[in-house]
Amino acid sequence: MQALFGQLLVGLINGSFYALLSLGLAIIFGLVNVVNFAHGALYMTGAFLAWFGLANLGIGYWPALLLSPLAVGLFGMVLERTMLRRLYQLDNLYGLLLTFGLTLIVEGLFHHAYGNSGNSYPVPEALQGGTDLGFMFLPRYRAWVVLVSVAVCFASWFVIERTRLGAYLRAGTENPRLLQAFGVNVPLMKTLTFGFGVALAGFAGVMAAPIYQVSPSMGSSLVIVVFAVVVIGGMGSIFGSIVTGLGLGLVEGLTKYLYPAASSTVVFAVMAVVLLFRPVGLFGRET
Amino acid sequence: MRKTASLLMALALLSLPSAGRAADKVSDGAVRIGVLTDMTGFYSDLAGPGSVLAVKMAVADFGGKVLGKPIEVVSADHQNKPDIASNIARKWFDEGGVDAVVDLVNSGTALAVMPLAAEKKRITLLSGPGTTAITGDKCTAYNVHYTYDNWALANGTGREVVASGGKTWFFITADYVFGKSLEADTSKVVEAAGGKVLGFVRHPQNTSDFSSYLLQAQASGAQVVGMANAGADTINTIKQAREFGVTPKQTLAGLLVFISDIHSLGLELAKNMYLTTAFYWDRDAASRAWAKRFQALPDNQKKAMPTMVQAGLYSAVTHYLQAIQAAGTDAADPVMAKMKATPVNDFFGQGTIGPDGLFRHAMYLVQVKSPAESKYPWDYYKILKTIPPAQAFPSVEAQACPLVKK
Repeated sequence: MQALFGQLLVGLINGSFYALLSLGLAIIFGLVNVVNFAHGALYMTGAFLAWFGLANLGIGYWPALLLSPLAVGLFGMVLERTMLRRLYQLDNLYGLLLTFGLTLIVEGLFHHAYGNSGNSYPVPEALQGGTDLGFMFLPRYRAWVVLVSVAVCFASWFVIERTRLGAYLRAGTENPRLLQAFGVNVPLMKTLTFGFGVALAGFAGVMAAPIYQVSPSMGSSLVIVVFAVVVIGGMGSIFGSIVTGLGLGLVEGLTKYLYPAASSTVVFAVMAVVLLFRPVGLFGRET
Repeated sequence: MRKTASLLMALALLSLPSAGRAADKVSDGAVRIGVLTDMTGFYSDLAGPGSVLAVKMAVADFGGKVLGKPIEVVSADHQNKPDIASNIARKWFDEGGVDAVVDLVNSGTALAVMPLAAEKKRITLLSGPGTTAITGDKCTAYNVHYTYDNWALANGTGREVVASGGKTWFFITADYVFGKSLEADTSKVVEAAGGKVLGFVRHPQNTSDFSSYLLQAQASGAQVVGMANAGADTINTIKQAREFGVTPKQTLAGLLVFISDIHSLGLELAKNMYLTTAFYWDRDAASRAWAKRFQALPDNQKKAMPTMVQAGLYSAVTHYLQAIQAAGTDAADPVMAKMKATPVNDFFGQGTIGPDGLFRHAMYLVQVKSPAESKYPWDYYKILKTIPPAQAFPSVEAQACPLVKK
């Protein structure tokens, strides 16, 4: 029983990464209508920027938590302005292919420069150590990850679903022309939204750097699961992606306890079942 | 991207003159060595481009020619897929005039290429794959298994850690052939030495989060946590073991750890860990001199020290070229006979290649230094024990290889 609690808590920690990443994807898909396959590569870039800052420029974890997502967000906005924008009137598939190609290029460049084994990023001093909860040893850093992810996810959901700015954003996807007629700069809004979505990926990358080895392939192993999360939650559903991310983390944790060999496939099994019974996803709206 | 690359390579191979293998001393007018390795995946730092570099260095040191004919090196990425490996090897044999395929890191690719090479009477020189089947029931007459096998790894680390007091073990095992075989071999060694295996957990290959497996290891209360995995999986296990307080309460035993892993982890995380290696650059004057030359090669962009796979490959290729020289031909049968008849004695090690194809040489049990003990770059290991060839590797008689006369 004690072991089970431990596994569930660990699942929740992983789930908060899923939530943070799938939230970014859901925002980008929901508001900009792009299937951003480059999300994993941008997450990896965020982690690498944090590592590079610490190793070469003496920039610590706390400033990196802000600077790294900013840099990734800016990079994303450049991508949106120069490339993605041209594909808006075409099928989703073109955006997917473009971002997939970008992923290969970005990962290839990092691979060429840093090799496959990657680099270690230390846990920041203030968050080292941990607490013995009785049923498991909880590293302080992991607790921090859960708190911050939940806070960021909730704040994003709140802004998009409950504020005036969010209302503009949602209106922009429903009827961009009409919104533009009201004097709102829709193209700029899309650029900023895309930038925010990928900045979330960069943010998740910095959060992950002290836990996982910072390596060029760290994103590609995660992004597939995260896409499954988005599909299960319902493409573009912000709330759905957060809840599903956390929920699937728990399901995965449970599987690791009951039958570890299936832990890498359980998410996809859930996806298949959900798609069979509810093709729009758990929280998706029928159109 | 990779597909295009392999397509281009296939086209390049097709355009090579496919002259028949003449009864000349050197077939096709050149000795061609094909380096088939993992160029971009999990094993690319411990083999990969560094392996290609080691082979080219061996050829250059040999003078670039043997029996008056040029030595050519080709290379390709097997992507850790047995089917891709055997397709490339087949093209190399049929159309590229390749005489020997070397490296084949990843047991699956090695087992796929070996029978093909034997059928075509070409040679395989393996540095990197671990499974004992290579010189066991899957052995071939045209193969040399060079740097290490799982038996040597299990035996080195398993026996010595039990002897130094680590009696109870728990395994974190990669859930595929290599991991399971390493776990089984090590369990046998641990139990034979008087230790006890309390349990194991199997994780999918290329996992990034090990926390739940580490919790299980912790709950088992074992003194030693044996990591029967490799590459990025091992690195993440070590890193997270520290985070969850598994170390220093429990000792980690790395069953397959390379110096490239230690380099990327940093000594602070890896310190005090036991591991078994076939080569350490700072062992003696000869290994140091060779490794520093390797490090200084202009193509070694990261200025990395060689791993045991790369050092072993240099030694294997040199031994192969010397055998061609001595046999006066590059035909596989006389060359193999020469390689098995001549002992190896170089910076890598001293030993002989048995009828089963296994190169028996000394292995080293080492402990990773702490940051305070490390005085200069790449000063990572303390050599605790030299395991002599007869104890480091299984005896010829114990092998299930049909080539061994009993």
